[in-house]
Amino acid sequence: MALLEVRDLHTFYGSVEALKGVSLDVDEGEIVALIGSNGAGKTTTLRTISGLERARAGTVRFAGRDITRAPAHEIVALGLGHVPEGRRIFSGLTVEENLNLGGYLLRRQPALLKERRDEVYAIFPRLAERRHQLAGTLSGGEQQMLAIGRALMLQPKLLALDEPSMGLAPMLVRTIFGIIQEIRRRGTAVLLVEQNARQALRIADRGYVLETGRIVLSDDAAKLAADPRVRAAYLGGHVEAAAR
Amino acid sequence: MSAFLQFLVNGLTVGSFYALVALGYTMIYGIIRLINFAHGDIFMVGAFVGWTVLAALAASHLPALAALGVALVVAMAATGALGLVIERVAYQPLLKAPRLSILITALGASLALENGVMLKYGAGFETYPHLLAGAGFSVLGAQVKYAQVGFFLLSLALMAGLYLFVHRTPVGTAMRALALDQDAARLMGVNVEGVIMLTFFLGSALAAAAGVMYGTYYTQINFMMGFLLGLRAFTAAVLGGIGNIPGAMVGGLLIGLLEAFSSGYISGQWKDVIVFAVLILVLVVKPTGLFGERVVERM
Repeated sequence: MALLEVRDLHTFYGSVEALKGVSLDVDEGEIVALIGSNGAGKTTTLRTISGLERARAGTVRFAGRDITRAPAHEIVALGLGHVPEGRRIFSGLTVEENLNLGGYLLRRQPALLKERRDEVYAIFPRLAERRHQLAGTLSGGEQQMLAIGRALMLQPKLLALDEPSMGLAPMLVRTIFGIIQEIRRRGTAVLLVEQNARQALRIADRGYVLETGRIVLSDDAAKLAADPRVRAAYLGGHVEAAAR
Repeated sequence: MSAFLQFLVNGLTVGSFYALVALGYTMIYGIIRLINFAHGDIFMVGAFVGWTVLAALAASHLPALAALGVALVVAMAATGALGLVIERVAYQPLLKAPRLSILITALGASLALENGVMLKYGAGFETYPHLLAGAGFSVLGAQVKYAQVGFFLLSLALMAGLYLFVHRTPVGTAMRALALDQDAARLMGVNVEGVIMLTFFLGSALAAAAGVMYGTYYTQINFMMGFLLGLRAFTAAVLGGIGNIPGAMVGGLLIGLLEAFSSGYISGQWKDVIVFAVLILVLVVKPTGLFGERVVERM
């Protein structure tokens, strides 16, 4: 049984059907990439999994429990972290307050909270230097680190990342992808939504391709990266992409 | 000089009541972007709960201060619970609806509270017992009542308590976080609906404390008393920058002082003209208020 099992998920925005029966699995310790163009439903898939949107039909099971109708804050408590699109850090709060909120569920265990905070600072020393600074004053890359660090405070079993490389310089993109691999090494499975399909498939074990609310392809990441349809649609069809 | 000091003392007293009520407006606006038109009536209900408790204690020979303390605590708890119930029943189902729906619901809640209290207590005035007599002292020719000092200090203590709660506790931090971004707060494991209810509880309890102090200080209470006072407190919240907690505190004291000085130096009949002219002026010139940086949106 997979850690996360999504079955035939249908989600609507008003009368618009954004997800038309999405099914996917993430196993423990895996990195799974969910790729697709703008508006395909990648963000909606993550938002429905983590309880920010209600599915009209279908089920989401996480760690053996049906969480389809569970409120978002309970899903977090079960060990499913979600770094939303656009980072969504609390810009008017300090870096440390942001991390404390990431560990909100540990608020009655201050010692553990501090330990987790120090672990995050060890992964992202830049955040430690800026711990008393307002989060809104951080650079884009630092904000992404904070968003990820905040989600790591609860040591989730699964981390859903929505476009972590968006708007970042190429060097920072490499750093962020390196961190994603490090997160997996520490035992957290990753469901990675990316427009940067090439990078995502390079670090992922498996991948799904989403098109207008449906999964149209799923395979090992390497096979997907080599698939002519994927290369034409999402990898720009460059020759060097195949050579790597 | 003595007149100036007298106006200062009177202004700070009434200003601390405004500040307590303004906090509720500003907290609720900050968290769900609602101008809670029922909030002035919550203040009124607090005054009536306090009056009811004091009337019930009248025969108990409890010392005046102890009776007042009991009335304050009961009024804060009961009115806080009422605010929470109104949020749960009337506002929460509409949080995702267009803003206008919830605004109209708030007006409805206001009318329901006013008329409910009128039916229960009548349309006339009720008189608070004269608990604190008029005892006081004089400073440079200004008469300062002990009640004024006491109520001012109690208001400051309540405000300081709220400030510490919001800035020094995890739940208070969650409150500020969800004012910034509700979905992100949910992803942190914050029970957003619970924190919103807590905000209504706290805002309503502070308004109730102001209601009991107001009743004790002015002695006359009436089912419509929350209307005008609510508008003045709302002005205070806007002046301080709606959504900003220290802003509401400062705004309340400033509106109280403005009112006292314009009553004293111009005329009591002009004070509301002046106070609401300030509201218009702030909205035109600096809609974010003295402390606000957040742009007023969606209203």
